[in-house]
Amino acid sequence: MIAFDAVIREVQGLDAAELARWIEARWVLPEHAGEGYVFHEVDVARIHLIVELRREFLIDEEAMPVVLNLLDQVYALRSRLKSLAAAIATLPPETQATLRSALKAPP
Amino acid sequence: MAARNPYEALGVAKDATDEEIRRVYRNLAKKFHPDLNPGNKQAEARFKEISAAYDLLSDKEKRTRYDRGEIDESGAERPRAYSYQGFAEDGPGAKYHAGEGMSPEDLDDLFSFFNRGRGAAGGAEGTIRMRGADRRYGLTVEFLDAVNGARQRLELAPGKSLDVTIPAGVQEGQVLRLAGQGGAGIGGGPNGDALIEIRIAPHPHFRREGDDIHLDLPVTLAEAELGGRVNVPTVTGAVAMTIPAHSNTGTVLRLRGKGVAGRGDEFVTLEVVLPEGGDAELDAFLKTWSAAHPYDPRRGLAS
Repeated sequence: MIAFDAVIREVQGLDAAELARWIEARWVLPEHAGEGYVFHEVDVARIHLIVELRREFLIDEEAMPVVLNLLDQVYALRSRLKSLAAAIATLPPETQATLRSALKAPP
Repeated sequence: MAARNPYEALGVAKDATDEEIRRVYRNLAKKFHPDLNPGNKQAEARFKEISAAYDLLSDKEKRTRYDRGEIDESGAERPRAYSYQGFAEDGPGAKYHAGEGMSPEDLDDLFSFFNRGRGAAGGAEGTIRMRGADRRYGLTVEFLDAVNGARQRLELAPGKSLDVTIPAGVQEGQVLRLAGQGGAGIGGGPNGDALIEIRIAPHPHFRREGDDIHLDLPVTLAEAELGGRVNVPTVTGAVAMTIPAHSNTGTVLRLRGKGVAGRGDEFVTLEVVLPEGGDAELDAFLKTWSAAHPYDPRRGLAS
C-alpha cells in the first residue's frame, strides 16, 4: 500500500496536480481509505505506464482515454481467454480434440 | 540474448543526431512496448534491445565513450522500472477491465459469443442458464474499524457502490462474500457474488498479533520507580491502569479482555522517558545517589 505523496516521490516527473487529474478522469483507480488514497503495485505500474505514454510516446491527455480503454479491453479479453482455456482444460480429452479441430478448420 | 551494436539495434547511422535517435526510438518503442504487446515474448525482447540501445545512445557521455571503444554494449541493459503487464490480466488488474466504454456484463457473457456463433450458423435455440461471475474487490479499512467492526462504502464502478459491513476482528487478507452482488446471471441464472478482500491499514500506536493488541506506553521515571495509576489507550477507549512500583522499560502489563473484539488481551510495554531537556535537581540528586548505589545494567552483555 502506497500513499499519494509516496507515489509522487517515486514516479519521476509526475506532479500532484497531474495525478489528481488522472484519478479524477478514472485513468487510475486507487482505493479510498479514510481521508486519502492508497495505491497498490498495479496502480503504480499503471501510473508509470501513463507517464511513459505521455513523455515518450507523446500521447496527449485528449487521446489517452482511447489508448487506455483499448488497452484495458485487450487485457480484459486476455483474462477471459485464459479462464476459457482453463475451463476447456477440464473437459474430456475427446471434447478438447473436437474443439481443437473445429478451431483449426476453415470457417 | 547477445547484445547488439546499439546503432544496428535502432537501425540508425553512426552519425545520427540526437533528435533522429529519439525519433527512431519512439517509433520502435510504440511498436514493441511490452504493455502494448501483452504475451508477445519477441516484442518484449526487441523492446529490451532498443531501450538498452537508446539508454546508451541518448546519454552524450556514454555515447562518446562507446564510439571511442571505451565501453561496449554489454551491461547497458537495465531491468525495466515497472511492468504493468504483470498485473494487468488478472487479480489486481481486474478493476481496470471494466473500462468506461464497456460494461462488465459484456465480458462476463462469454456465452453470448457462443450464442452468436450458433445463430450465424443457423443453429437452434441456444438457451443457456448460467450463474453470473464472482467479482473480486480490495478494500482497505482503518485499523480500529477492523478491530471493532464498521460499515464502509465500496465503490464498485462509476455510480455503483455497495455498503459493506466489516465484522469486528476481521483479519488481513480475509475475504468477505456478498451474495448476489457480482456479475449478472445469464439467461435467468442467479447473480454471482462480490468477493471483498480486506486489507488493514497500520495504526500509529497499536499493533495486532492475532487477537491480542500490543502498545508501547511511555511512563515517567517516578511512575516506573514508585508505581501509579495512568490512563492507557485501548481499542475501545482509554482505561485506568496501575503501574506496580519498581517497573522498568520493557516491563509488560496485561489488560485482560482489551484485545480484538473482546477475545484477546492488550499487552502494554512500558518505556521510561526522562524529562525533556534535563533537570538540575534530578542531576544533583543522581550524582550523590549513584555514587552510593552502583549497579551495572550491562553485566549480561558479552564483551
